[in-house]
Amino acid sequence: MYGFLIAVGVVLLLSIVWMVYRIQTLVSVVKGSDKKIATGSNKVNAFLFLVFLVAIGGLMFWYSIKEFHNYQLPIASEHGVVTDNLFWVTMAVTGIVFIITHILLFIFPYKYQYKEDRKATFYPENNKLEVIWTAVPAVVLAILVITGWMAWSDITAPAPEKAHVVEIMGYQFAWDIRYPGQDNVLGDYDYRLTSAINPMGIDFTDQNSVDDFPSPVVVIPKGEPVLFKIRARDVLHSVFAPHMRLKMDAVPGMPTRFWFVPTKTTAEMRAELNDPEFVYEIACTEICGRGHNSMRRVIEVVEPEEYQKWLTEQKTFLQMNPALAEGLEVEVKEVAEIQKRKNTK
Amino acid sequence: MATASVATHDTAHDHHDHEHHDNFVTKYIFTTDHKMIGKQFLITGIFWALIGGLLSILFRLQLGFPDMNLEWLRPLLGGWITETGQLDQTFYLALVTMHGTIMVFFVLTAGLSGTFSNFLIPLQIGARDMASGFMNMLSYWFFFISSVIMFISLFIKTGPAGGGWVVYPPLSALEQAIPGSGLGMTLWLIAMTFFIASSLLGGINYITTVINLRTKGMSFSRLPLTIWAFFLTAVIGLLSFPVLFAAALLLVFDRSFGTSFYLSDIYIGGEALPNTGGSPVLYQHLFWFLGHPEVYIVLLPALGITSEVIATNSRKPIFGYKAMIISMLGITILSFIVWAHHMFVSGMNPFLGSIFMFLTLIIAIPSAVKVFNYLTTLWRGNLIFTPAMLFSIGLVSFFISGGLTGIFLGNSAIDIQLHDTYFVVAHFHLVMGSASFFGMVAGIYHWFPKMFGRMMDARLGYVHFWLTFVGVYMVFFPMHYIGIAGFPRRYYSWTGFEFSNMYTDLNMFVSVAAIITFAAQFIFLFNFFYSMYRGRKASQNPWRSNTLEWTTPIHPGHGNWPGEIPTVYRWPYDYSKPGAKEDFIPQTVPLSATPESNLPHEQELVKLELEIMKEESEALVANEAKES
Repeated sequence: MYGFLIAVGVVLLLSIVWMVYRIQTLVSVVKGSDKKIATGSNKVNAFLFLVFLVAIGGLMFWYSIKEFHNYQLPIASEHGVVTDNLFWVTMAVTGIVFIITHILLFIFPYKYQYKEDRKATFYPENNKLEVIWTAVPAVVLAILVITGWMAWSDITAPAPEKAHVVEIMGYQFAWDIRYPGQDNVLGDYDYRLTSAINPMGIDFTDQNSVDDFPSPVVVIPKGEPVLFKIRARDVLHSVFAPHMRLKMDAVPGMPTRFWFVPTKTTAEMRAELNDPEFVYEIACTEICGRGHNSMRRVIEVVEPEEYQKWLTEQKTFLQMNPALAEGLEVEVKEVAEIQKRKNTK
Repeated sequence: MATASVATHDTAHDHHDHEHHDNFVTKYIFTTDHKMIGKQFLITGIFWALIGGLLSILFRLQLGFPDMNLEWLRPLLGGWITETGQLDQTFYLALVTMHGTIMVFFVLTAGLSGTFSNFLIPLQIGARDMASGFMNMLSYWFFFISSVIMFISLFIKTGPAGGGWVVYPPLSALEQAIPGSGLGMTLWLIAMTFFIASSLLGGINYITTVINLRTKGMSFSRLPLTIWAFFLTAVIGLLSFPVLFAAALLLVFDRSFGTSFYLSDIYIGGEALPNTGGSPVLYQHLFWFLGHPEVYIVLLPALGITSEVIATNSRKPIFGYKAMIISMLGITILSFIVWAHHMFVSGMNPFLGSIFMFLTLIIAIPSAVKVFNYLTTLWRGNLIFTPAMLFSIGLVSFFISGGLTGIFLGNSAIDIQLHDTYFVVAHFHLVMGSASFFGMVAGIYHWFPKMFGRMMDARLGYVHFWLTFVGVYMVFFPMHYIGIAGFPRRYYSWTGFEFSNMYTDLNMFVSVAAIITFAAQFIFLFNFFYSMYRGRKASQNPWRSNTLEWTTPIHPGHGNWPGEIPTVYRWPYDYSKPGAKEDFIPQTVPLSATPESNLPHEQELVKLELEIMKEESEALVANEAKES
């Protein structure tokens, strides 16, 4: 019944619009306005550009200022301060251009709207002007590029040797985390070793993997360099830690990396934001299938001492699941045994 | 200089006014008339724009009203509505993918270039038709086959391709990864193959026609900027589409024949695949080698149309004609060497990132020059706001807004945070999507009288413009905020993360704006189809424009001009020339006929022009004597 009423309403509305349209067409024919070069509508349109400039421009500025604290995510890494700085410098430069060009673009239509008694100025070229507005953007862009390039080189430079290594592996639809253990060296992996009990395909014949351990949360120390070693098991993913200003694709068959220095512990950020629930997060930003929007991991930034303590408390893969060492060489089993004993002490 | 390079005349084409006897099939379906082929592209493009727009409304419903019960869409979407009345997550990804594919390729490439290059090139350069009418016909029908296949893929059980419009492998290569990578992806690849063939056939034709078939006096320095834009667009397409074909072909091999071009070290569905040694990044390089020039393939024609419309309706010559051409040439060349700015965080060598950042920001310079030239063209003009003019001014606005955000994204350090967030979505929808769309609509309003011999209703055009202009800004401007806040693209819902668990109000606002903007397009549709049959009859030159197409009859037949093709004596932008009686002097008016308005250097050309005209007429007389 409602559907029928809505349909009737729509039909009525359309017929009214239709009548109005026909009437205005006939009126314009009677008035002969279709013979004129520019009708009264020309003035209306010229004026509407001004209205648009003021109204929409005002709306944009009001909202940009009102919402600033909301869309501006707090920064929690050293390079993040640099890139955000670049962002806002670029915003200032482009903002000025945006405002000036739009004021001109919308004021000209009003000012130079058609008048029968006026003739447009024949002004086909001016080389000086062309040179100026080629050169000025070139210089401004050069400055932006060079500052950007310096930041980029620093960010993508090789990680310091003492950086804490964390491996992040993406798969449909989650991230797995692996720490290298005391030796700070991750053991080898081979995707063909992947199985239900060994989801990361770790090669336990490699001595370095013996002390590797998993973690449900990415725990990292504040103020010390951290190196994310990133890989994917099935399709492309992308590690995105918005507060760290960190993003790097996870590519099957091609390990990638990103290093950074966190600057605020989770606790500090909680205090700063006055939000006791706050956590740093990792999301996926490369479309990877149905669960693309659910690949969440939490990053916990702690004080370095706390981090060291946490490291010693973790259980290795082999401790958690001794079955992993089955069928492997004797030495690995021995090391696993030693670890087990240590653990029980 | 211009007059000296008059094309060699050929008297072989004297008898072109004989009647063609076309039946329905040869006139409307398998036609070789460039004007009809242009209209075929236009109608197909409009059809696709509606489908593409509708898909975006569907996913905007999910993003703006995540809790809404969509049960009422079940008659349309069937099983893609879950039992709880929600949009299926996989189908959401398919919607995003198909929206992108359709809009970029089928609407803004075929619908824009296909329509206006076909329709305008012969008319504006003074040619009877394209260099090869048959190839031109093939171009449309390849596009048609491509459209049919892509359309069918929307209805298959596993759904259309769903890996994003860029269809990056391994996601697009592995059926286990997402259902859309099964039959849907196969159809996508077949459709795109036909599409590429269509683009190449069209592009070769446009280039050949512009080079070879210009009328007497139509030197390159007298070409309207529209033709320059179409010409360079065709060059870009010709050089870059084959690379997309290569990318697609290797993907076909990986999908169907067990090769490992893009696949390596994959464990999926409980099974380790045998592929090793491939690189997903290779695909990205190949794809963006087309993908970035593609941006200019959709944008340049729109800029060309805008140049023409703004000059005509400002009653002023376009400012910096030569600078405009040089800018377009610069954009054409640079467009090939900036592709990897889409891949700053793809894992490629960061050194490459530095190089591509430099190259990318260089391309901002010719773009800036174009904007300043448009502004100066408006300055001290005598502006007539036809709907085409309004849409052209709108285009310039979008080109600025979207272009400026490109400076953020082209900077690799800033791109780390913004990559694949809504900031990117806002950026390209403004600078490439909306700007090109506005160029296309401006073109339709402007050349409708030439296409159908009738005028579109201007008032409906004004309403259409203001609703769309405000609407587009209301849809895409808020996305900047969402993007700066870090909201990733292609997310079905953002509530799973604390950092993005906000802005539900803003997303709702965007969705409402999108629905209103989409609805406003029906005003245009009505105007378009109604005016085709019932619109006011057009005069021969309704916008009092200089270019050649307005010298043809109101309903030009196949061959465009009933008699001789007119000769061109001047550039196309002699508007409001000091001393002239009217505020426009068509290209066909000899300089010798307008001594009152000639500039000093033109006065010198008059003598040369008269000499050439004398020679011409002597040759003509001699020829006629020979024939009789």
